[in-house]
Amino acid sequence: MDKSADGFIVDDREAGLFRVNRRAFTDPECLADERRRIFDKCWIYAGHESEVPHAGDYRSRTVAGRPMILVRGDDSVVRVLLNTCTHRGALVCRQKSGNAKTFQCPYHAWTFNSRGQLIGVPGEDSYSDAFKRDDMALAAPPQVDNYRGFVFVCFDPSADSLYDYLAGAREYLDLVADQSELGMKIVSGQQSYSARANWKLLVENSYDGYHGMPTHQRYFSFLADIGVDMKGRDLTTPSYQKAVDLGNGHAVVEYQSAWGRPIAHWVAPFGEHRKAHFEEVRRRFDKRFGPERAQRICETSRNLGIFPNLVINDIMAITIRTFYPVSPDYMEVNAWALAPADESAEDSALRLDNFLTFLGPGGFATPDDVEMLESCQRGFANREVGWSDISRGMKREHPSITDELQMRAFWRRWNQLMTEPRLKRARKAA
Amino acid sequence: MSSIQLPGRQEVEDLLYEEAALLDEWRLEEWLGLLTEDAVYEVPPTDVPEGDSRNTLFIIADDAARIRSRVKQLLGKAAWSENPHSRTRRMIANVRVVGADGDNILVTANFAVYRMRYESVDTYVGHYDYKLVRVGNDLRIRERRAVLDNEALRPHGKISFIL
Repeated sequence: MDKSADGFIVDDREAGLFRVNRRAFTDPECLADERRRIFDKCWIYAGHESEVPHAGDYRSRTVAGRPMILVRGDDSVVRVLLNTCTHRGALVCRQKSGNAKTFQCPYHAWTFNSRGQLIGVPGEDSYSDAFKRDDMALAAPPQVDNYRGFVFVCFDPSADSLYDYLAGAREYLDLVADQSELGMKIVSGQQSYSARANWKLLVENSYDGYHGMPTHQRYFSFLADIGVDMKGRDLTTPSYQKAVDLGNGHAVVEYQSAWGRPIAHWVAPFGEHRKAHFEEVRRRFDKRFGPERAQRICETSRNLGIFPNLVINDIMAITIRTFYPVSPDYMEVNAWALAPADESAEDSALRLDNFLTFLGPGGFATPDDVEMLESCQRGFANREVGWSDISRGMKREHPSITDELQMRAFWRRWNQLMTEPRLKRARKAA
Repeated sequence: MSSIQLPGRQEVEDLLYEEAALLDEWRLEEWLGLLTEDAVYEVPPTDVPEGDSRNTLFIIADDAARIRSRVKQLLGKAAWSENPHSRTRRMIANVRVVGADGDNILVTANFAVYRMRYESVDTYVGHYDYKLVRVGNDLRIRERRAVLDNEALRPHGKISFIL
């Protein structure tokens, strides 16, 4: 490795150079380390409380490579349970979603309630007195917490609280969560896809303003074709923009955008008949938050990356996207649309329509992003070219959204976690 | 419910086979000629195959203008996910004329679509729900809904061509 490198990165602030060793994208040992040092240590997004609105509602899904159940118990508490029978291991929940009072393991019929407590063991009199039901409840991650509806899990019992972990990202989650007084909800329908690329390429891509025009020119041509006014609002010359390092590896870009925003930024393709309604919604935001914050919520777009693998892009619609590596060169991606819980049917249809113009595996942009990530991954086979450059805007006082400050924020944190000395394992008592 | 005369299966098969050939050969402008002016093209999400695009997040929910824009983009140079074009091969089978709804002729058919690119082969499996209409002597496509049986777009990653 390069002599000036610190672990996987070269971070020369004086010269203004930042490089990432491409081994970070290709090396199976690096991925094994990431599982221990990143995914077992950080807070990982598991779901949104709106996905289980009623007591007994559940969703089974894979989070950080583990089968889990997001469930609202009969006590209305939202929990995350590890989907494995404490007896011999089988999945106790085998449906993707539903409502249940109990989860019964199909293998030996152990039965757990919606809080995860073991409430039924066939032939229990065959067990010794040392066998206690209380010891055999469904396990949960050591830490589970919720910030404004977003539910996270953490496998490190000694990790900082979710509130502290989120650091500066809370401000941006608030800008999303504040879009409805009645809370936000996940819309029906999950986009489940993948990319033949390393997961960190999607982190970089999700808030990369620099790629916008070249990679997505077909989208901007489409906007112009349908009558969107692009003046002062294309990604290279927005009238307002900033890129912010939010701490703990989180980062955001925020900017004035060309596209309409279904929350309250009207554009011509939405139709004249909707203009008055948008103005009315905007007035309600002005009243609730004052004009400055209202304008920020309604008119600016945000691409937010929460370390390590959660993206919340509040752009022409709101997408929540999380992803996890299966191998160094393949990731699984899950994405949802988030909307105000009290949105009308007409507004919701407009929001979903606007979402699909750009986002998702059939949109006019996401497939081209996936193409670029896969293209990078194939390019990495040229091991002679060992480093990627992430230096853009490094010497600027106020880096723009087409610079790469946001990626450097991610990589610095990632590199720190990947290279810091491992805590010594507690010695086993002799 | 309706007094319209349903077409025979062979006439419907001729239309669907012609459509498949045009799409596989990337003759997308000619394919647009098979659609009505108010055509709709939808791909529901894999977890809500029966969903309604007005209240469910689809993968694709194009009205006629969006379909034409999609074709224009795909035939241009900047749709990178299809430049260079992938090879596709469609197997259309189990074609059934299942009824009518107003002047719409309801047709279902199974599909297996293979997409080949960069030496990967991805298989899309599912069924189409069509609404066809009689225009003069011909049948035209008013609605085509490609419902995937795949539980996720894995390892496909995308639907960048016309499914």
